[in-house]
Amino acid sequence: METYSFLRTLADSWALLALTLVFVGVVIFVFRPSGRRAQKDAAESIFRNETRPAEDKPKEDE
Amino acid sequence: MSNIVKLILLGGMTLFAAIGANLARDPAYMVNALTVMLVAGGMFLWTVRRIDEPVAVANPNEYMDGVVRAGVVATMGWGLVGFLVGVVIAFQLAFPALNFSDLTQGYLNFGKLRPLHTSAVIFAFGGNALIATSFYVVQRTSAARLWGGNAAWFVFWGYNLFIVLAATGYILGATQSKEYAEPEWYVDLWLTIVWLTYLAVFLGTIIKRREPHIYVANWFYLAFIITIAMLHVVNNLSVPVSIWGSKSVQVFSGVQDAMVQWWYGHNAVGFFLTAGFLGMMYYFIPKQAERPVYSYKLSIIHFWAIIFLYIWAGPHHLHYTALPEWAATLGMVFSIMLWMPSWGGMINGLMTLSGAWDKLRTDPIIRMMVVAVGFYGMATFEGPMMSIKSVNSLSHYTDWTIGHVHSSALGWNGMITFGALYYLTPRLWGRDRLYSLPMVNWHFWLATIGIVLYASSMWVTGIMEGLMWREVDQNGYLVNAFADTVAAKFPMYVVRGLGGVLYLAGAIIMAWNLWATVARQPKSVSTAIAVPAE
Repeated sequence: METYSFLRTLADSWALLALTLVFVGVVIFVFRPSGRRAQKDAAESIFRNETRPAEDKPKEDE
Repeated sequence: MSNIVKLILLGGMTLFAAIGANLARDPAYMVNALTVMLVAGGMFLWTVRRIDEPVAVANPNEYMDGVVRAGVVATMGWGLVGFLVGVVIAFQLAFPALNFSDLTQGYLNFGKLRPLHTSAVIFAFGGNALIATSFYVVQRTSAARLWGGNAAWFVFWGYNLFIVLAATGYILGATQSKEYAEPEWYVDLWLTIVWLTYLAVFLGTIIKRREPHIYVANWFYLAFIITIAMLHVVNNLSVPVSIWGSKSVQVFSGVQDAMVQWWYGHNAVGFFLTAGFLGMMYYFIPKQAERPVYSYKLSIIHFWAIIFLYIWAGPHHLHYTALPEWAATLGMVFSIMLWMPSWGGMINGLMTLSGAWDKLRTDPIIRMMVVAVGFYGMATFEGPMMSIKSVNSLSHYTDWTIGHVHSSALGWNGMITFGALYYLTPRLWGRDRLYSLPMVNWHFWLATIGIVLYASSMWVTGIMEGLMWREVDQNGYLVNAFADTVAAKFPMYVVRGLGGVLYLAGAIIMAWNLWATVARQPKSVSTAIAVPAE
């Protein structure tokens, strides 16, 4: 029961806070202005490489 | 893997299965052991006959589409089986004589066929669709051939063997009586091996990708694969009574077992039927609409919100039970919170068409996908509402739940899968177009009207029986016997069955259309799908 009480208290205090902060952090990170180009590039990536894999060297242009 | 190791493994499996069939303590185990013996023995002979043949080298500059084609065929075939069994059991409920209990000794009763139906549509139809589309999408968005060579084929055949073992087991009585997790211990172990291979193939392809970013559809697919692995292992912790029998005993007991089961059960909905199919949505809708997803930012937020919230929603299946009240409340609150990110995702899918709304009129495939997203939105509103305790006290154990599940499964999972199959078939087989677009139209309307009949009849009968169960007279006695509610539900059960017939008819039209697309049209040179030499 002590383990239960400890975990229960931890879950609805610090763990809850930590998870909420991580989630808020993710949302803020998504909206950083410097990510705009990468997001646009990712969104359009489905229109490339339709019929065959890309060449051996990793892509750098775009 | 060298052929010698392969032969030793297959020979050992065949021998073990033969011993198992001989010593089997129950018919389900015996039939499953015989199935495994035949499959492993057949593969042993096949491997022996090819042992000195030159091995075909896969071209890394071609996509591995053979396994996707097999997945498309399996999806369509299992879909027809699953829908047909669904129609049968719908009419069994309306007309109990259709159980043919005397004739079949109870082996084809509703209770046996019902898990066969749920597993056939969720795991066989939905699972094959998810595996096939995830292999297609991860290759295109990673610009890389599938990792692991023939491991992808092992995933496909291993998964379908799992389905055959589970289905024959249900009919012969092997079940651990857990919703959507009925297969017994040895089938669970086999699925674990297959699933971890699936994870390795998918992750390996992502790791060797040639694109800088991991496209958001792959996030959803990956979350689906990882979470299902975790849920499956924890919910199926059990001790077999004998290694030669199908019966096992759960490690958890009582309310803890119930909570683990619904933690599994709701996340099977959340990650198998939602996250995985959202992966489909985020690839196939933009591709079919020929424009990128409406908001990539929103798709990332959609993903993380679903990951953070879904995992807590399970307790809403256990309102007013021995489960502690705080846990039930937690499940309810998280279910309600899920409404917003779900609608965010729905808006993201729908708005991808902004500027191309005319396609809704001209392209029945995109119409199918859009209706799927619409049903996703409806289901993710209805679900949170039904998780509220006071609503649940009326809706739980009634047909309203069945209506909710089916408007989600037929509307969202079914329609988005149909859309994906219509998209994939001409491309995978190198055909210019589908055989017939008017037939897609017919399929669309038959399926949509079928769902409407199904959902509306279940709303009526669910709320009616919920109200009848709780009706008391002025002295506080219950007014209705259970059998009264069964009698009152008869007309709605017939309507529901007819809805199922329409849905099945649409799927049959689809199967014919897909077959004709490949068989009745010449392979065109213009579609530049490279067919891998396999």
